[in-house]
Amino acid sequence: MKYVAEYRDAGLARAVARRIAARCTRPWTVMEICGGQTHTILRYGLDQLLPPSLSLVHGPGCPVCVTPVDTLDAAMALARRPGVILTTFGDMLRVPGSRGNLYGARAEGGDVRVVASPLEAVALARRRPDRNVVFLAVGFETTAPATALAVLRARELGLDNFFLLVGHVLVPPAIRLLLSSPANRVQGFIAPGHVCTVAGYRDYERLAEDFGVPFVVGGFEPLDLMQALAMLVELLEEGRAEVRNEYRRSARRDGNRRAKELVAEVFEVCDRRWRGIGAIPRSGLRLRPRWEKFDAARRFEVDPGDAAEEAECRSAEVLQGLRRPTECPAFGTRCTPEHPLGAPMVSGEGACAAYYRYRAGGA
Amino acid sequence: MSDADPLKFSCPVPTGEPDRILLGHGSGGRLSRRLLETVFLAGLGNPILARLEDQATLEVNGLRLAFTTDSFVVKPLFFPGGDIGSLAVHGTVNDLAVGGAQPLALSAAFVIEEGFPRNDLVRVVASMRRAAAAVAVPVVPGDTKVVERGAADGLFVNTSGLGLVREGTDLSAARARPGDAVLVSGTIGDHGIAVLAARDELGFGADVTSDSAPLHGLASALLERCPDARCLRDPTRGGLASTLHEIADSSGVTVELDEEAIPIRPPVEAACELYGLDPLYVANEGKLVAIVPGERAEAALAALRAHPLGRDAARIGRVVPRAEVPVVLRTRLGTTRVVEMLAGEQLPRIC
Repeated sequence: MKYVAEYRDAGLARAVARRIAARCTRPWTVMEICGGQTHTILRYGLDQLLPPSLSLVHGPGCPVCVTPVDTLDAAMALARRPGVILTTFGDMLRVPGSRGNLYGARAEGGDVRVVASPLEAVALARRRPDRNVVFLAVGFETTAPATALAVLRARELGLDNFFLLVGHVLVPPAIRLLLSSPANRVQGFIAPGHVCTVAGYRDYERLAEDFGVPFVVGGFEPLDLMQALAMLVELLEEGRAEVRNEYRRSARRDGNRRAKELVAEVFEVCDRRWRGIGAIPRSGLRLRPRWEKFDAARRFEVDPGDAAEEAECRSAEVLQGLRRPTECPAFGTRCTPEHPLGAPMVSGEGACAAYYRYRAGGA
Repeated sequence: MSDADPLKFSCPVPTGEPDRILLGHGSGGRLSRRLLETVFLAGLGNPILARLEDQATLEVNGLRLAFTTDSFVVKPLFFPGGDIGSLAVHGTVNDLAVGGAQPLALSAAFVIEEGFPRNDLVRVVASMRRAAAAVAVPVVPGDTKVVERGAADGLFVNTSGLGLVREGTDLSAARARPGDAVLVSGTIGDHGIAVLAARDELGFGADVTSDSAPLHGLASALLERCPDARCLRDPTRGGLASTLHEIADSSGVTVELDEEAIPIRPPVEAACELYGLDPLYVANEGKLVAIVPGERAEAALAALRAHPLGRDAARIGRVVPRAEVPVVLRTRLGTTRVVEMLAGEQLPRIC
């Protein structure tokens, strides 16, 4: 495929792997933050090309994985309400809430529809003035601009039947929390290329400075990740806590100005619970007061009930890079993609699902 | 600062086996398989059904008859490269063809939703007639039911087919042996992506047409040159990956695939990349997967390539003794990964 084949060249990948091996003089533990990067690593078996001294752990960058249980429970409660059409991205349908998932809510008669973008949900609201259309908006800095655009579009169209259930979260505060933990063992990071394309990487420069760890902004193709790892090993070996950008064809230091303006127009930063991790200060986005009429939680006064929580799933540790998916006692036995205990096994971007899909017994 | 504590987790327990049928039960993957085993085999099981081939083979007065049935619920009804009418003919002809059978006759049953446009029904039936005429197989019995508005999504079509199994063939998903070669008759994923694009739910206009086609001629051409072929399958819903899983499981072997050898059209690959779909799981409606003895692979491949529907045929892997998993893939980087059976529906990714 044009523009992609060159990023999957086997010869080049092996050459970079040799460079990494030659440069690694001691063990390093590094984290790729984004779930999309985790999947590339496992799908192409990149870790099989790396020296054993370079240990990869997987980060919290899966929007489905970190969406809190109470948000899912609220979505299910809304889906079951007469007159409501609940829309969201496909991946969200299988994530377990306290009592079942959105597929179950749909099988029980709830009107749940998969959309590819929030603008599709706006279009649906326009076509169906007789129904209230709620969009369950999840994702990181990457998906927030499209959600903001949907709100502006709904206002432009004068719709009073379009609402958001907002679960947007921000990456840097989660990485700050992780680095603040005494249990942290991550020494360097591959920063998420798509997030940096939108938001830039100044926040990672602050993290590098505050915690003395290097970051490399990385893309999603196999060679992107190999090259980013080579750059990261270089920084680690030289003891430099800096941010470098491997994903220059897309990410800029200041990100995408227009996208950031859109988000700032519609959303403000708030504290937010992350599934499996807990509350992280200033890590979420919520609608600004002047856009409150679009807030589904306010309009429908949803009571999701008590979010049930349980201790068998070790996804919190997986999401924080403290444990590999295969180190969870339930992995591949009581927890599988069709019977997931935790969201990282559900989501297309979840680390547990990646190990399950691409590894024999997850080994 | 927060209540985050690495030793405190928050994941809910799921509700167990779903007590209602979910869309994923029809995806051709793991959920479908479990439904088949726990409900249908448990309820209707008999030695012929238990073979789980695409068609049942019945011995009648010394003749070997192949019998199959399939329902078509595609949305939209008309898509680039086909429609529900031709698809219903091709799908059933293909289920016979992969059993090594020449189709003799088809039946057609229609479930029509009240309010369905008459013209669309005429178009569908005309398309069925053309498709059946091209295969030279008559549609003999038929049935029509009309259900209340809302009780069906426009139009559902069921076709059954009867065929005569070619002498000297013994095709079964249980016959793959170590040393066999795995062939595919052309590019994968065309039908699934064409339908997705036509539905326009993803908002992209991929330039892809469905590969919907009758495969009996192609299967005949292959069996002519390679009568000792072990197994033929058409990788429809669930895609190439699910088909190979079925074969590996039925035969107790492992299939090793070479990623670089698997033919995929660039627009299909691009659409899959864009939406995070794996082409190995995307549906096909005009492709054959063939397992043949290793030493017959070149002859079989030549036979496929000599047929218009098999021009892009390729040898995509091999059968090896059962390893830890049923299907593995050697990536283009020379590493390996497991090819899992699809857990539910394949869904577009978020970001």
